[in-house]
Amino acid sequence: MGLRSILDGVEHHFEKGGRYQKWYALYEAVDTIFYSPSSVTRNTAHVRDGVDLKRIMITVWFATFPAMFYGMYNLGFQANDILAGAGQVEGWRGTLIGLFGGYDASSVWDCFFFGALYFLPIYLTTFLVGGFWEVLFAMKRGHEVNEGFFVTSILFALICPPDVPLWQVALGISFGVVIGKEVFGGTGKNFLNPALTGRAFLYFAYPAQMSGDAVWTAVDGYTGATPLSVAASDGMAALQSQWTWFEAFIGAIPGSIGETSTLAILLGGVVLLATRIASWRIVAGVFLGMVALSTLFNLVGSESNPAFAMPFYWHLVTGGFAFGMIFMATDPVSAAFTNTGKFTYGILIGVMTVLIRVVNPAFPEGIMLAILFSNLFAPLMDHFVIQANIKRRLASVQ
Amino acid sequence: MENLLSLFIRAIFIENMALAFFLGMCTFLAISKKVQAALGLGIAVIVVLTITVPVNNLIYNYLLADGALAWAGLPDVDLSFLGLLSYIGVIAAIVQIMEMFLDKYVPALYSALGVFLPLITVNCAILGASLFMVERDYNFGESVVFGAGAGVGWALAIVALAGIREKLKYSDVPAGLQGLGITFITVGLMSLGFMSFGGIDL
Repeated sequence: MGLRSILDGVEHHFEKGGRYQKWYALYEAVDTIFYSPSSVTRNTAHVRDGVDLKRIMITVWFATFPAMFYGMYNLGFQANDILAGAGQVEGWRGTLIGLFGGYDASSVWDCFFFGALYFLPIYLTTFLVGGFWEVLFAMKRGHEVNEGFFVTSILFALICPPDVPLWQVALGISFGVVIGKEVFGGTGKNFLNPALTGRAFLYFAYPAQMSGDAVWTAVDGYTGATPLSVAASDGMAALQSQWTWFEAFIGAIPGSIGETSTLAILLGGVVLLATRIASWRIVAGVFLGMVALSTLFNLVGSESNPAFAMPFYWHLVTGGFAFGMIFMATDPVSAAFTNTGKFTYGILIGVMTVLIRVVNPAFPEGIMLAILFSNLFAPLMDHFVIQANIKRRLASVQ
Repeated sequence: MENLLSLFIRAIFIENMALAFFLGMCTFLAISKKVQAALGLGIAVIVVLTITVPVNNLIYNYLLADGALAWAGLPDVDLSFLGLLSYIGVIAAIVQIMEMFLDKYVPALYSALGVFLPLITVNCAILGASLFMVERDYNFGESVVFGAGAGVGWALAIVALAGIREKLKYSDVPAGLQGLGITFITVGLMSLGFMSFGGIDL
């Protein structure tokens, strides 16, 4: 109980009238990391449940770990595979690799260490810059620093391409946290997914650096297309000659850090679905929408557009589809609230994803924009579901 | 037929009046607090657009354009400088008729829309659609489809905005941003979502 008494001992400094009352939000954040808060609901109506917001957020955070660790390994593997022992990385990363690792693509440690040197700075930047805004708003506006930020920061870091400059990471997460969330009042009050808002901001602000073929591997000057852009420009045959479906499922493909391995993402997804943190209705809706429209495109076929021929099981394993389906679409704040609404919302995401991937030549990947687009219509879906319920029940009363 | 369908889709999503061109902003921001009223206004705009764009198309092609008066024996006359004036006149007349119609048959909507119903006359989305029609040289069929599509797109945007604003009632916006400020930010973020269609070439 040493820590508890230390925290209790300094608490009066942070309370109203104390010397550091401005910093109360920070004190509260530290306190609730170690101990569960003692405050209880005082009103008559409340739900008893072992899961609170803090536990939900931390579970999501842990659920991303398989994807994160595999992503780090894969980042190193892709880069080492290209360097093939011949090249070297310059700067501080090169020094550290020389000391503790190597450039051997077959060594798990070498690949993992290489990837960590690229991923951890991105994550650290996201965490520090985003955390700064979060704490600033919490202090100025008197709300608590919320664990939701753990989730936003890890999700944002995982959907960055490996080669992204750190100042862009800082800019993106600032936009996501401030404009996407804090101007609406913080966690639970926004209507767009903050991580995706930040990523989309970067995407449209710096299209030259955030898309194309040069950003997907952490090797300077190397351009390699992702499976999705290969499929969109050269067709399925070219895609299958480079990667097998199983490779794509395991995740041995270039792409954004956390979204390459469908297997690792589904592992996290099982946890989220089993604990009912992610709504199975949304996940099922996204999957069904994607299967329906991609099958339709397969049947219709196209002379000029090779992406029409991409079957649904390839849609599932390429790009950010699995990551978006499990971690992004199921964000409870920006999704629809009603059960019917969740289905519709999921289906809209799945359909829009395939639509953007196949029909829109400007963007090879569509799940990010599809989720943002569906976020816009989620409140409307709820509205109509509720109106229909009212109408139905009113009829039975009269 | 395929040409008309792709024009319709483009007018709704890719070239959305409200979120891609930011036209019709005053009513867009003012009447988007409640889904019900927004839906009513959206339908009104669809009706007005579907009527005014084709009517203006006829006026332009048979009265105003260079050489349009050839049927009256005046092939050298170019009255296109009267364009703006005529389009606004047509729009004002149609809106006036619709106002009387709503007053008589849908009084609830009439009172919900209030002063913004006559203000549809000066809604830039309506005049904008007629001007786009002239600039892009649509024929009569295309102008019907374009008018309807532009209206549906605008209605979709305002209803979605109303849904979001109903949800945002529970948010905790900083004092300085409450009201219009946060609505502007919301609309900006919405058009970020609509960027998903940017670049589609139908």
